[in-house]
Amino acid sequence: MKIAIASGKGGTGKTTLSTNLAVYLAEKESVVLTDLDVEEPNSGLFINGELTHHENKYKMVPQWKSDSCTLCGNCREVCNFHAIVQLVDQIMVFPQLCHSCYACSELCPTDSLPMVPEKMGELREFQADKLTFIESKLDVGQEQAVPLIAQTLRYVDENYSEVMLKIYDSPPGTSCPVIEATKDADLVILITEPTPFGLHDLKLAVETMQELKKRFVVIINRYGIGNDDVVDYCDGENIPIIVKIPNSKAIAERYSRGELLYLVVPEFRAELDKLIGFIDTLNRETEQ
Amino acid sequence: MKEIVVISGKGGTGKTSLTASFAVLGAQDVIVADCDVDAADMHLLLEPDFKAAENFYSGFIAKIDQEACNRCGKCVDVCRFDAIPVIDDHYIVQPLDCEGCGYCARICPVDAIKMEEQNVGDWYISTIKTGSTMVHARLGIGAENSGKLVAKVKNEAKRIADEQQKDLVLVDGSPGIGCPVVSSLSGASFVILVTEPTVSGFHDLKRVYQLVNKFGIKAGCIINKADLNPGVNQQIREFLKNNAIEHITDLPYDESFTEAMTQGKTIIEFNGGELQKIVRQSWVKIKEFVNVL
Amino acid sequence: MKIVFTSKGTEWVSAIDPRFGRTDYFFVYNKDSDEISTVDNRAIVETAHGAGPQTAQKLFELKPDVLITGNGPGGNAARVLAQGNIKIYVGASEMTVKEAYEAYQKGELKEF
Repeated sequence: MKIAIASGKGGTGKTTLSTNLAVYLAEKESVVLTDLDVEEPNSGLFINGELTHHENKYKMVPQWKSDSCTLCGNCREVCNFHAIVQLVDQIMVFPQLCHSCYACSELCPTDSLPMVPEKMGELREFQADKLTFIESKLDVGQEQAVPLIAQTLRYVDENYSEVMLKIYDSPPGTSCPVIEATKDADLVILITEPTPFGLHDLKLAVETMQELKKRFVVIINRYGIGNDDVVDYCDGENIPIIVKIPNSKAIAERYSRGELLYLVVPEFRAELDKLIGFIDTLNRETEQ
Repeated sequence: MKEIVVISGKGGTGKTSLTASFAVLGAQDVIVADCDVDAADMHLLLEPDFKAAENFYSGFIAKIDQEACNRCGKCVDVCRFDAIPVIDDHYIVQPLDCEGCGYCARICPVDAIKMEEQNVGDWYISTIKTGSTMVHARLGIGAENSGKLVAKVKNEAKRIADEQQKDLVLVDGSPGIGCPVVSSLSGASFVILVTEPTVSGFHDLKRVYQLVNKFGIKAGCIINKADLNPGVNQQIREFLKNNAIEHITDLPYDESFTEAMTQGKTIIEFNGGELQKIVRQSWVKIKEFVNVL
Repeated sequence: MKIVFTSKGTEWVSAIDPRFGRTDYFFVYNKDSDEISTVDNRAIVETAHGAGPQTAQKLFELKPDVLITGNGPGGNAARVLAQGNIKIYVGASEMTVKEAYEAYQKGELKEF
């Protein structure tokens, strides 16, 4: 089963939930945790594993060949992303802006823009007993998260097809990176806070999941602050709230130090147990 | 006219709550621009009236005219994004997969493909509860924030500030380290970095500061929930000192921010107390930094 | 010598546009002939991403010796400008074009 953990708003506890759930589950069975928040990957700060694999990730971009180029300007013309600039006697390519559509390359009359791999980020894999942790990080200056997310998903599929439980820490928001990160998930967990900001952003995330026709549930973090509007909204929309993580300064302090919460905060562990129970039920349903 | 931009690498640090508090303190003297369009929450605290709305267009999507299409399949061959599946013998572009590169439209032998500009959301000019003006936007699902939208929102805010002879534009900046935040920073007179003393908060602060530094913009930092972790707090302070970033203030871990938000209020309109005092003092300090009194 | 300013308008008294990639105008002063001209860059608002290199290409075509702007070009634009031996001065954000020129002559602007 593939479980994606997402949220409309940043800072609601996605990473906390992903890391704790994965490490806890890995006490008993094999789990793959993948951090797909490639712009700001933070899961790694909470996982102590041994680095077992490291590879650069590339995207294809055009490379200018000055000897055959006639400076006709066609490449600049066809690039909808402004990734090609023509100066007086040279063509400059901006790999960060390139979407790898191949139009400039394949439409060049003199084949002067062959596509070559360009590094956009790095993938690292760590092992800690039964837990495999995979993290991809976009290089600073690179702007497109989607190709790296897609390649990371492919890496997990190709190397860990036999592992039953896969958890994905998604990027925040409702734009393309989230859609890419959740598109193959069997279950999406939306984590939110019971505040007006949390509710507003949860609604956007719910609309996105409905549009994608995903099965999703809600977890409320910092339960006890704010008001009941999130609960009322979910009840009204028939969205199951499976877990409520209590608000506590002790939890915030532990988090600030990069500690795993379930080991030291019993209330938190109890809520995780509920979540795991829910996942088990789902698993049995799908097996039948 | 001065432009103050508030950013934070990481979400949930209190950036929007603080920006809204400053908007209330600045009252009629500041025009507000919400460029955090991915999670535009500031309207929940400032009560805009959504008076003037306009569609916002950005990016293109291919559309195939089924009458003109001769089913040759060349578009499918060139599409690197698998965005044109064949459904019931018809070639149909999937909007969420199409990148808008226009390659298919260029090579279609019968000119059946048009690139259509997309209406990705709306932007608004509103009067807010302080009586001042706010420019903000709302994006549809799957639509991404862009330098274009941020520039649009900021330009409108500045135009209005000019018109009404206001000295300050206050910008709630975009998250992340990509194009939108670059566009948020461009033109800034002063940047306020909001962070928290957690390993994630510090990590993201360093990443986003690389950008601010590249533009050479004067910056100050507010450490929210400062007492959460004295060790990391100390590390952040040292980082600020080494990079000549003004340490504007520490804010204690305090749930009044959330309680105020729950009532649709900023901390300034909520009960008095220490937190409100510190936020007020910070605003005075910030105005000193940009020489607006 | 040709000096280009990023500006909000087309006059000596116009304000400097602190942005490079999304500047409204280029104000061009040819010191040798004492002539001024301007280039309208406002169409750049239609560009979603990659405004910097676009504008840099335009600037490059003007073949200036000096660029005077506010916050300085971003990484992409800087890469284009590096091809042209253009000296870049920043920190003129809150000046008019005239004030920025005077500050430049007095050596008060920071080289990028």
